[in-house]
Amino acid sequence: MYRTHVLICGGTGCTSSGCEEIIRVLNQELNKNSLAEEIAVVKTGCHGLCAMGPIMIIYPDAIFYSMVKPEDVPEIVSEHLLKGRVVSRLVYDEAVSDEGHISSLNDTNFYKFQTRIALRNCGVINPENIEEYIGTNGYEALGKVITEMTPEDVIKIISDSGLRGRGGGGFPTGRKWQLAKDLVKGGQKYVCCNADEGDPGAFMDRSVLEGDPHALIEAMAIAGYAIGASQGYVYVRAEYPIAVQRLEIAIKQAKEYGLLGENIFGTGFSFDLGIRLGAGAFVCGEETALMTSIEGNRGEPRPRPPFPAEKGLFQKPTVLNNVETYANIPQIILKGADWFSSMGTENSKGTKVFALGGKIKNTGLVEVPMGTTLRTVIEDIGGGIPNGKKFKAAQTGGPSGGCIPVEHMDIPIDYDNLVRIGSMMGSGGLIVMDEENCMVDIAKFFLEFTVEESCGKCTPCRIGTKRLSEILDKITKGNASLEDLDKLEELCYYIKDNSLCGLGQSAPNPVLSTLKYFKDEYIAHVVEQKCPAGVCKDLLQYSIDDSLCKGCTLCARICPNGAVSGEVKKTHVIDPQKCVKCGACIEKCRFHAIIVS
Amino acid sequence: MKSLEELKAIREKMKNQVGLRNETSDQTRIVVGMATCGIASGARPVLTAFSNLVQEKKLENTVVTQTGCIGLCQYEPIVEIYEPGKDKVTYIEMTAEKAKEVVEKHLVGKLVVSKYTINEGGK
Repeated sequence: MYRTHVLICGGTGCTSSGCEEIIRVLNQELNKNSLAEEIAVVKTGCHGLCAMGPIMIIYPDAIFYSMVKPEDVPEIVSEHLLKGRVVSRLVYDEAVSDEGHISSLNDTNFYKFQTRIALRNCGVINPENIEEYIGTNGYEALGKVITEMTPEDVIKIISDSGLRGRGGGGFPTGRKWQLAKDLVKGGQKYVCCNADEGDPGAFMDRSVLEGDPHALIEAMAIAGYAIGASQGYVYVRAEYPIAVQRLEIAIKQAKEYGLLGENIFGTGFSFDLGIRLGAGAFVCGEETALMTSIEGNRGEPRPRPPFPAEKGLFQKPTVLNNVETYANIPQIILKGADWFSSMGTENSKGTKVFALGGKIKNTGLVEVPMGTTLRTVIEDIGGGIPNGKKFKAAQTGGPSGGCIPVEHMDIPIDYDNLVRIGSMMGSGGLIVMDEENCMVDIAKFFLEFTVEESCGKCTPCRIGTKRLSEILDKITKGNASLEDLDKLEELCYYIKDNSLCGLGQSAPNPVLSTLKYFKDEYIAHVVEQKCPAGVCKDLLQYSIDDSLCKGCTLCARICPNGAVSGEVKKTHVIDPQKCVKCGACIEKCRFHAIIVS
Repeated sequence: MKSLEELKAIREKMKNQVGLRNETSDQTRIVVGMATCGIASGARPVLTAFSNLVQEKKLENTVVTQTGCIGLCQYEPIVEIYEPGKDKVTYIEMTAEKAKEVVEKHLVGKLVVSKYTINEGGK
């Protein structure tokens, strides 16, 4: 039996920073020290603190090692695992106090403010071992549902819990199930899972699939029982190879254990699950396009109604939920609707996972109760903005969302509050921006994304987003007029009102919300031909201050385009015709003589 | 799997294993001194015995862990047992056989095995 468990994160983040090699060296060292019999090496899903990977956690001591390198492993084995002496230089620095005392992982700022429900097993269990999931009360909810509860009971508990769709729309999950159950009585129905996580920067669904795939399987079987479906499909993008592989293993194991398939627990209830791979088109995250794609057709949306609950996959009643939504279900069944609804705000219950990215110290995944303020998420959990820069705005909801400026940092985050201030929850991507981010440039970035990803079926989206992107491009090049700004706004509303699906309807949001909160930046680009954040290259002018230049020639030597000229110990000059505004000279100059205007 | 009972059996089997990864303050900790002095006087089989016994007896919320030199090298192998809300008990000159007795009497029966403690044997 194992006295110590060494947990190594095997999520995508830590895999790309080299956890496989660490596992290999670790096994080798354990064998060398005859410890393999008593120390278990467990490859888990994501711990959330991706910025600090590869991550290794040793239990029962709960010591959190970060940025472990293969050459550190022999020391961890001989010191910590053999002799019980913590290798303090490798401990995550937030967990070490000024006096050198090592605190528990859950007391660090990153984890202290979190409540992990959807992510509860991520980073704790081995996702490729169904028994570890069962050991954390896995499949108990499914057992309870199909042996003790009626479908009505199940839907009631989900409705009472107040759970809303975590994929972005926020539609009440219980009501969705009720509709799929009632609109058409009997016959073939389907349960689908949207794992086509497409928002740039969001990766919570991938994390659940990689770290706790059985939670999804269990929840989908519960949904199947509730609406009367015997077949489910998980639509996941092929760009998530680790997630797909772990889900395949999990489905296979669940079938071997009789937790999927015919006659589950001898109750006569049967449920089977298949995986369908998406090719990574953003529009396939839209529910009607997703189901069209599962059917084998080109992934394009269709008008609603009829809603999927009535006519969905193969024209049959279908429930489609997002991965994170499903991940909450087994816990709600086990702990009750009251437990879940005790967390969160008036109309948004439970927790939400956010993917922190951008200008923030702790990049990674965090799960907080609804109603937590943006300030807590960014300053306390995220560790604030690096390099002493000032917070400017946070972008939520990806290409469909908007930004939250500093004045709204203290509003409780929930579905309704975010919509009220012109953003949206979206799938939970949270990109932090500081004073060096240009808001026009950000809007342009997201519009370029939607132009690429528009499926082209309807004109407002196909051509409208292209025109939006062109106007934004004009602004960042200093060629726009104030009338263009009015045209920009008018076009936004037109696209919102006339597009066929959610992609087009929400595509103008990044423009509208930056126009709302940062109109002065747009005006500075248009009227003064200036980019206040110093991002838009066409509006920048590099020159050398002759009172500061010492003629050291460093800038002339570093310039990739030969734009700087001058003799030694004499003031240098930049040729604006040749300057490509790369900023290399600024970094090199020791006298701060290079001015950007 | 045919029944809920089988599911329950797997859950019980795995609970202690996965439960090791919880961080709770009400854990009982069995700490074995595993510095050079401890290992030289035979701490390794003691450690193995404790971890096997904890599993065997299905002791919940109990972990076996190791520490460095406590400074009483002549009494190694030393084992300290921390129970929530109780004073620490220090056992000295432990062996795998004594470990069995300590688990049965102290951890299961809640009676300290005084004859192996430092207060008795160390005099």
